[in-house]
Amino acid sequence: MPGKVFAVVVAIITLVIAYCVIAHVWWMPVDVSVHGPKIDHQIEETLFGAGILFIAGQLVLASFAFLYGDSKGARKMKAFPGGAKSLIVFACVVVGVEILVLSFVGSKAWASVYFTPPDPDSLRVDVQAGQFAFYFRYPGPDGKFGPLHPELINETTQNYFGLDPEHDADAKDDIVTAGLAIPVNKPVLLTLHSKDMGHSFDVRELRIQQDFVPGIVIPIHFTANQTGKFEIVCTQLCGLGHYNMKAYLEVMSQADYDNWLKQQAAMQ
Amino acid sequence: MSESELTMSTGHEVLMEASPYRIEKKKLGMWIFIVSDACTFATFLFGYGYMRVGSQNWGTPFDFPTILNGIIMTFVLLSSSLTMLAAVRATQAGQKPSANKWLGLTITLGTVFAILHLREWFKMFGEGWGLFSNPTGGAVQFGACFFSVTGLHLAHVISGVIALLIITRGYNRGRYDTSHVETAGLYWHFVDLVWMFVFPMMYLMNAR
Amino acid sequence: MHDMSAHAAAHHAPPSGFIRKYVFSVDHKVIGIQYTTLSLVAAFIGMALSWVMRIHLGWPAASIPFLGTLSPNGAPGGVPTPEYYLSLMTMHGTIMAFFVLTAAPMAGYGNFMLPIQVGAADMAFPRLNMASFWVTFVGFVLACATFIIPDGPPISGWTAYAPLSAVGQVAGPGQGRGQDLWVLSIALFCVASLLGALNFIVTTIDLRTKGMTLSRLPLSTWAWFINAWVSLLAFAVLLPTGLLLLLDRVGGTSFFIPGGLVVNDKLLPHSGGSPLLFQHLFWFFGHPEVYIIILPAFGIVAHLMPTFTRKPLVGGWKVITFAMIAIGSLSFLVWGHHMFVSGMSPSMAMVFSVPTLIITIPSVIGVLVFAFSLYGANIRFTTPMLFCLGFISLFISGGIGGFFLAQPAVDSYLHATSFVVGHFHFTMGLSAIFATFAGFYYWFPKMWGRMMNETLGKVHFWLSFVLVYCVFMTMHLMGLTGAVRRYSSYVADFMVPQIPTNRFMTVAALLLGATQFIFLYNAIWSRFKGPKAADNPWGATTLEWDTTSPPPFDNFGGRQMTIHHGPMEYDADAFVMQTSPEKSIAGT
Repeated sequence: MPGKVFAVVVAIITLVIAYCVIAHVWWMPVDVSVHGPKIDHQIEETLFGAGILFIAGQLVLASFAFLYGDSKGARKMKAFPGGAKSLIVFACVVVGVEILVLSFVGSKAWASVYFTPPDPDSLRVDVQAGQFAFYFRYPGPDGKFGPLHPELINETTQNYFGLDPEHDADAKDDIVTAGLAIPVNKPVLLTLHSKDMGHSFDVRELRIQQDFVPGIVIPIHFTANQTGKFEIVCTQLCGLGHYNMKAYLEVMSQADYDNWLKQQAAMQ
Repeated sequence: MSESELTMSTGHEVLMEASPYRIEKKKLGMWIFIVSDACTFATFLFGYGYMRVGSQNWGTPFDFPTILNGIIMTFVLLSSSLTMLAAVRATQAGQKPSANKWLGLTITLGTVFAILHLREWFKMFGEGWGLFSNPTGGAVQFGACFFSVTGLHLAHVISGVIALLIITRGYNRGRYDTSHVETAGLYWHFVDLVWMFVFPMMYLMNAR
Repeated sequence: MHDMSAHAAAHHAPPSGFIRKYVFSVDHKVIGIQYTTLSLVAAFIGMALSWVMRIHLGWPAASIPFLGTLSPNGAPGGVPTPEYYLSLMTMHGTIMAFFVLTAAPMAGYGNFMLPIQVGAADMAFPRLNMASFWVTFVGFVLACATFIIPDGPPISGWTAYAPLSAVGQVAGPGQGRGQDLWVLSIALFCVASLLGALNFIVTTIDLRTKGMTLSRLPLSTWAWFINAWVSLLAFAVLLPTGLLLLLDRVGGTSFFIPGGLVVNDKLLPHSGGSPLLFQHLFWFFGHPEVYIIILPAFGIVAHLMPTFTRKPLVGGWKVITFAMIAIGSLSFLVWGHHMFVSGMSPSMAMVFSVPTLIITIPSVIGVLVFAFSLYGANIRFTTPMLFCLGFISLFISGGIGGFFLAQPAVDSYLHATSFVVGHFHFTMGLSAIFATFAGFYYWFPKMWGRMMNETLGKVHFWLSFVLVYCVFMTMHLMGLTGAVRRYSSYVADFMVPQIPTNRFMTVAALLLGATQFIFLYNAIWSRFKGPKAADNPWGATTLEWDTTSPPPFDNFGGRQMTIHHGPMEYDADAFVMQTSPEKSIAGT
């Protein structure tokens, strides 16, 4: 009897989980990046393949628990035919093939983010993460970023990046903003650096997540193909304000973006 | 291992199969400790390698006197392994006075090593080296890596000397026997082996 | 052989006096019980921390009863501050991962059972064994002490990433004394684990009784033996990592701290260090650590199942043992899968992804062996067996999540979401705990000489099984939305609508916690009032069932234990004990 109850409980649990996944009760947000579909496809393939293994495994367990309760010696014991050989073959072949396929196809998705070089005409934005805010820096008309001087960082005077416009010509026209705005359908190259701790740049809709590592400047590039306003959240534990560390990414038309940048430049 | 020894160690009469692969438990224990300790040293050396490769201005500050001192230290430690071997031989042959002589020599050589090492350290402190200071203006990690790696090794040497003192005394009082001396010998050879990694990596690679 | 006779005398005469018998005892059975008790206490503390966390996540503004009095700094008016939440989270992970999951199934049961299962009178080094318990105990005290110092426990998570963990007090609350105590606590735990591993290995190699060849070792002993090797190599790396972290914190070094950092408006003097070095070193330990947690669980389930299915495991001792050896060895090659988006070279991502996927193969083999060993059996659904069945279901659920996280492209979306939290709770927290419960119910009669109450045991199982799915599968699935982990409250736009789901998980978690008190009551009541246990209440074959419950001081009452069979001689109601000179019935 307990075996039958166990079987039913496991079966119900399995079905509920399968339903939640298939019906997308919890699901990814809309994808607004050019490389995103590859990642989404990879996730869906994995859900399919792993999902089958999940359902099969739970139902096999359930059915054995159902069928093979102790019937007080009335039923003869049976050995599993062929012993462990078929199980080992299954594990090696089926799982082996699945992981080979996932690896090869998945490597393409990975490569589309990390092994394709950025477009030479990318819009470049420098991103700084610090306890507990993101700041963004556009290079301005000269197209160059001024050097950073950490000892000059001053929150009160809003010199978040530690720029020295008096002595560094390139820094004079840098535009520092609290939000990241980009034109739609234009390649963007971000350079990530941290002021203090480890942080992470995560925009779910872009399917981009990249840690900031103090001491290293990390490039990441993408192209957004839909307009909208999307949240940038920090996903690397950085201190007590970690939960509240966020900014917004706004993808706009080229015209709107040009206006926005002009306004930001005027506020420097 | 004799049956009576096995009887004693398991606490009751036991008729054991005499396995040719059975290693006396103190020695086996020491081998296993050595494996873990090797991992610990490897971790420090990995960290050192990572820092060195990732650093732009590591520098090679050690001049000939330092290297010569290191060569002498190496010679001293290698000799102490030889004297340790002789000590183990002597205990196996039951020759107590001879064993004491060789054990004493090993302890002395180990102490000489430690003294030479500490002398060198204090000379470096005097020049401005420290855990986070590099008088040549190179990477500050140099001191951190050098002193932590050699420091860990020195701690092993000093504790080895103390252990040898305790075992020599116990051996003379009849409390410890050949197996204890052999086990200590194993540790001592390990410490020597680690030095054969530390010396090239920390000294020779940083020689001018 | 002078030392031998002193040694023998120490063994032949049982100790007298309360202190030598129950406190500073060299008897492996007492030490095993001490470890198990410590883990039980740690488990309830770790659980209580999670209740506060879960209540706060569901009801961020709520005042939690008693909390304001307990922690006026951390939770003024009973409402946890963000840093207090993070410190609870850090200590929850630390206490559960180290003092519960690494301690109980390995040091707790292993210490009690391994010498008996191999036919020895005690561990190879009984005094080292005593030392390793008391060092663990001091480590636990230090961990708990972080709660009573003014600045509180560290907030950097059990993973303690640099620079947050390395720069010291300047990084904020908890990062001063609290983090120092934490490092010392973990360092002591490392030392204790290394000593314990050494003992397990030497005992298994050297102290097997006559006829106990490696092919006849009980599978739990195999698991403890393999696990001891993994522990030895992994903790030997964590210890120096902790020392390097301590040097950065108090010695002014810059192993993990680069230059140019501005923390709390102060420019730090460090330069040249690498936060990624910390991650590499930590995860080189950290990944094998999760297998250190699960391997004894595999061993317990492999050991118990034949008793309750009344037939050997499919594939005999070899398949499951080689699967465990493969898992243990491969576990050292995969640490970088925690670092796919860490800034590590993207090429390394593929290098780590492949072995991470390959390690699924022996894990799947293990699960298949367990599941298919039920085929054609006569299953006795005792409480231990139910927990074994629960283990199989939970490990399948948790393991499936691994397929996702092992792929860098998928991980780039799922990293740091609650999908990961669901995954590791299923594999480490739930599967391992269910196996630990199975072992507790199974070995309780042997350890205490009394039976636990079966009805309460079954209630404990059913409620726990359903509720763990409610809490942690929801967490898993919520992760698909990209819900971020380690947030002390949900203020991000896309996470606010998920607060009702969080409330559901909180309610389920609190009910789950309450259910554990049924277990605790059962354990304590049965210890004193349970029906007396026979020598072999389950009809099992291994050596621990071939002696009294509880065993005498030297485990076998001076008897000669000679082994003639493997551990899985079962055929329905018939069984042949390992020491029996009768013919084998199952041919194992």
